[in-house]
Amino acid sequence: MTDMLLEVENLVIGMRRAGRPDAVIVDDVSFSVAAHERFGIVGESGSGKSLTLRAVAGLLPKGVEVLSGRIAYAGKSLTGMPPQERRRLMGPEIAMIFQEPMTALNPVIRVGEQIAEGPRRHLGLSKKAANTVAIEMMARTGIPDPERRARAYPHELSGGLRQRIMIAMAVSCNPRLLLCDEPTTALDVTVQHQVLKVLEGLCADTGTALIFVTHDLAVVNQTCTDMAVMYSGHIVESGTVADVLGDARHPYTQGLLGSAPDFDRPERRLVPIPGFPPSLTSRPAGCPFAPRCALAVDDCSKAMPTTELVAPGHTAACIMTAGVLA
Amino acid sequence: MLHRLRFIPARLIQSIPVAFGVTLIVFFMAHLLPGNAALALLGQRATAESVAALTTQLGLDRPLPEQYLIFLAQLFQGNLGTSLTYQVPVSDLLVQAVPVTLALLLYALILSLFISIPLAALAAFRPGGSRDLGVRGFTLVGQGMPQFWVGIMLLLIFAVRFRLFPVGGYGTTQLDHLYFLFLPALTLAISMSPTIIRSLRSSMINVLESEYVGTAKSKGSYGISLFRGHVLRNAAIPTVSVIGVNLGFLVGGSLVIERVFALPGLGSLMINSIFSRDFPTVQGVTLFVALFVVVIGILTDVVYTMLDPRVDMSKAVRA
Ligand SMILES: Nc1ncnc2c1ncn2[C@@H]1O[C@H](COP(=O)(O)OP(=O)(O)OP(=O)(O)O)[C@@H](O)[C@H]1O
Ligand SMILES: [Mg+2]
Repeated sequence: MTDMLLEVENLVIGMRRAGRPDAVIVDDVSFSVAAHERFGIVGESGSGKSLTLRAVAGLLPKGVEVLSGRIAYAGKSLTGMPPQERRRLMGPEIAMIFQEPMTALNPVIRVGEQIAEGPRRHLGLSKKAANTVAIEMMARTGIPDPERRARAYPHELSGGLRQRIMIAMAVSCNPRLLLCDEPTTALDVTVQHQVLKVLEGLCADTGTALIFVTHDLAVVNQTCTDMAVMYSGHIVESGTVADVLGDARHPYTQGLLGSAPDFDRPERRLVPIPGFPPSLTSRPAGCPFAPRCALAVDDCSKAMPTTELVAPGHTAACIMTAGVLA
Repeated sequence: MLHRLRFIPARLIQSIPVAFGVTLIVFFMAHLLPGNAALALLGQRATAESVAALTTQLGLDRPLPEQYLIFLAQLFQGNLGTSLTYQVPVSDLLVQAVPVTLALLLYALILSLFISIPLAALAAFRPGGSRDLGVRGFTLVGQGMPQFWVGIMLLLIFAVRFRLFPVGGYGTTQLDHLYFLFLPALTLAISMSPTIIRSLRSSMINVLESEYVGTAKSKGSYGISLFRGHVLRNAAIPTVSVIGVNLGFLVGGSLVIERVFALPGLGSLMINSIFSRDFPTVQGVTLFVALFVVVIGILTDVVYTMLDPRVDMSKAVRA
């Protein structure tokens, strides 16, 4: 598996108190992303998608840390790497796009300068050359009149333009892996579509691999090649987008599909998943989805189901539906 | 950029009534002081006739409203009057004293930034950590110490005991000034720093938790360059108005500190002229100080506007 660009193995993220693991937020998550792959992570709010992504970027919020597990980029362990070496990867190798383009851009710095910052640092460009790169990047993300827009401050731009700025910033050093945390959630639907197109186009041009976090199945369907479904800090199902969405095995994935609108069959009734996801402190023993699951039996609450291969390249963690191949 | 500074002329015009209010208060307050200028001027050799003659000569026997109108009329011609004590135009006295006080204030401001920025950063980097506690302890102690006491202690330790600095005076050359003003400026800086540190510390903590700092880190920025590029300027914005307000107080404090360090600035001029009932000088100094505080307010808004592109003062609703 060394041809993988990113490998995450048994990642546990949580908080420590007095030096000892206290709360586990993301539990035993494993996935890998090949070069050129576009990998989607879906799951409802609070399932740990952002933290997983931030752990890869080394940007976990204060107090939250990787408790165990391994994150390897191009065969090198990120978790064991000295911080300065890891920082050198951020920009030219791995870049990140955040959910809220308003708060993710520095309000007092011109956007062109913010884009130019990466190229100046990592490509050693002069201020002028980096500025040219910035304008070029802005043009590539479809921003009209980039020379003038480069001198604007974030508050002077619309949400769609700001997110394009974020994208231009992220791709300015030609990263091989782009981490996107719900980059279109804050935008309205038409703009969302345009921004996704820009992102896809750029990744296709440069062969950049993508990890795309969202709670929107339609977006994953449109953008990604592979995907994982997260629930309460666990990956409950993963595989190619066609497999997971076309042949969902985990009851949670099935529930997500049932509760999302389907444009091909608008007359279909939406079925919400009953109940709420467990809170961090009251996570049940066994399968975290069991209390909400229509198929649950007693055994579900005894132990966390192991992740089983249900078809080549398609895994699910459910004792009721995943045992087919095994 | 420039169009965002359109608010300045309007603010200047707005401050004219303030200035007149100040002249009015200053004028009548000065004349409420017990004592007689002519008597103070003539001193021990005064006789009843000479006092009366001088009083008439100085116009001090006219009704107060009339004296005030004369004062205003002169003011319009740019004439602040003549000092009773020194018999020179008050404006000449101001020209000598103002640079001393301005230099002291500017010096104090720079020193307080040199003290505050590193300490605030040290504290904000790990809130609740031991360094943070240390810095917060310093701000508490700093706030508790009276300014003049700090001045006297610095004087006793560094000037009297270790003879590193002069005990007073202003010196003659530029370099002298920097040296002579160091202790008084440090005194003012120490009393001003706690407020700046507190404000900077809390805004730095906010900025460090903000998403755009995460973005900057995701571009590989860290350490000093992260701090300079994405933390300091953003954190400074709310602190600028805190500094502006405190500079006003600092002007008051500097008047006292000038006495402690025998500096020939506005404070010394003010206190001497109060004791000698030198009304024109008292009025001149007070008027200048009041206008200066108004200017500080405008300058604060200018700096604020330059630091934060989202601010447009000409649109801001001002009470
Ligand atoms: N800074 C933090 N400190 C403590 N707990 C946190 C912190 N950030 C997130 N969490 C907890 O971790 C859990 C997962 O958060 P995360 O942001 O990864 O969710 P998410 O799947 O991205 O959700 P959303 O769709 O709302 O963005 C949440 O339940 C949250 O309570
Ligand atoms: Mg999130």
